[in-house]
Amino acid sequence: MVSQKPSTPLNVQQLIAQQQKKRRLRRLEKGVPALLFIAALISVLTTIGIIGTLIFETIEFFSRVSIVEYVTAREWLPFAGEPVYGILPLVVGTLKVTAIALVVALPLGLAVALYLSEFASDRVRTIVKPVLEVLAGIPTIVYGFFALTFVTPLLQQIVPQIQIFNAISPGIMIGIMILPTIASLSEDALSSVPKSLREGAFGLGATKLEVAMKVVLPAALSGVVASVVLAISRAIGETMIVSLAGGSTPLLNFDVAQSIQTMTAYIVQVSTGDAGYGTTIYYSIYAVGFTLFLFTFGMNILARWISKRFREAYE
Amino acid sequence: MTYIHEKAIALQTKKRRFRNTFFQVLFTSATILSLIILVVLLYRMVTQGSGYLSLDFLQQFSSRFPEKAGVYAGLIGSIAMLAIVAPVAVSFGVGAAIYLEEYAKKNRVTSFIQMNISNLAGVPSIVFGLLGLTIFVRMLGMGKSVLAAALTMSLLILPVIIVAAQEAIRSVPTSLREASYGMGATKWQTIYKVVLPAALPGILTGSILGLSRAIGETAPLVVIGIPVIIQFLPDGIFSEFTALPMLIFDWAKRPQEEFQYVAAAGILVLMTLLILMNSIAVWIRHKFQHRY
Repeated sequence: MVSQKPSTPLNVQQLIAQQQKKRRLRRLEKGVPALLFIAALISVLTTIGIIGTLIFETIEFFSRVSIVEYVTAREWLPFAGEPVYGILPLVVGTLKVTAIALVVALPLGLAVALYLSEFASDRVRTIVKPVLEVLAGIPTIVYGFFALTFVTPLLQQIVPQIQIFNAISPGIMIGIMILPTIASLSEDALSSVPKSLREGAFGLGATKLEVAMKVVLPAALSGVVASVVLAISRAIGETMIVSLAGGSTPLLNFDVAQSIQTMTAYIVQVSTGDAGYGTTIYYSIYAVGFTLFLFTFGMNILARWISKRFREAYE
Repeated sequence: MTYIHEKAIALQTKKRRFRNTFFQVLFTSATILSLIILVVLLYRMVTQGSGYLSLDFLQQFSSRFPEKAGVYAGLIGSIAMLAIVAPVAVSFGVGAAIYLEEYAKKNRVTSFIQMNISNLAGVPSIVFGLLGLTIFVRMLGMGKSVLAAALTMSLLILPVIIVAAQEAIRSVPTSLREASYGMGATKWQTIYKVVLPAALPGILTGSILGLSRAIGETAPLVVIGIPVIIQFLPDGIFSEFTALPMLIFDWAKRPQEEFQYVAAAGILVLMTLLILMNSIAVWIRHKFQHRY
């Protein structure tokens, strides 16, 4: 209860105190947004930091190695007596692993998304979706360990020619890793197609499959494609799985049973090795990192453009 | 003359219904297969790792001998790193989210910041490692310290926390804010005393998800050059240290077969830590979730 005070007029000191409190409040009201704006700027500073770092150190690299060699040479031999820096073998290694990952994740992910959004009951969906998202929460080092100690021996039992380090085992593991990205984001896109469209098709006598494939999937295609592009971007940037199970042999061929090296795995190899600060090898990881950044950045822009440009709005 | 060819339709319908059933079975089995993969992974994790898991394993430093190797330095190191990442990433992340949702005008600057955040979320973690190596380890001279690793990780998980906090703040109904203004509260008082408490469950859940990503990430630590052979605990923010995923990476790479089991035991410790954090997130969501 508020105690009852006799209603005396305020004296001067109280008035001053009241004014000061108001002023403090006003200062807080003005100061807080400025502080919060700085917090929001951190993300911009991070981007500037990343691009600045990569460009700055990459320029240093290209002052030692010609950019023509970097783009056109067919070998990546930084540790040789006469080093050759041709990015192609690393790019091919990355693309091999990414392609295998897609072969695993694309059909499986789309099938899961279609099942959850068009066939499963609400109860099944609310249980299965978060359980599958657990796959996305497992650290990549754990996937790498499984690729090396579980998937590779399993594959070797089936096809003995497969080497200990190869492209196919980390590829499969990355596929499992990006499966929830495709399944979950595609399911979001499929479920957001309005019910009236489905009911219209059912009313014309379509089966569930026909509704799913001929009505819902085309309507949600932009979201589905965007989820796949995002998954590709994650596969390209994946590091620990390929470092553990992919090997360190940059080769310009399309053999998936052989040891490979991806862009990310090369950066790890140099980081764990003893190449000193300021050597050409040291700067090469920034050039490779910059190349990697361009690849994933392009993919992310593409994903955003697809989902914006081709979105079908029904409201 | 009949316009409807009943036999043809019956045949066609049969085909269509068969195709429907066939694909339904196919899609269902794909989902079941995905779940089986998850179960197999978790099963392998437990069976491979439990052999080496013991109280000693938690209290020993890493070693050349598999039976003497333990996760002590890595476990404490990871927790020490998290102790810096949590306040840094959460305060900046939530601050940025409040600015974007409550203060920012809809203009070019705001949409630029927003685009920036979603782009950062797509940058591979290893690139953040390169950033940390150049800026924190070399330029600011922090060395391979807990602080350098923690700041790198904070930048890495910042987009995750910002996006989660933004969603949580956005889901607080406008009527609550208007009621607060109606009582004479200022904007900041409304945000601090009404919006933030209402959005807290969502913010905490998102923060924990971000932090559990920071615990499991390995690539940035490798690039920064975090060592693995560490026989002491970090004694300050500038101390060298090692982290749990670094130890697992090191053990998994070793040729002796015994070390695979050591690595598996390390993975079990890491996963236990992650499950613990995620259960807290789930608990918070259930306990404090308001419906308006």
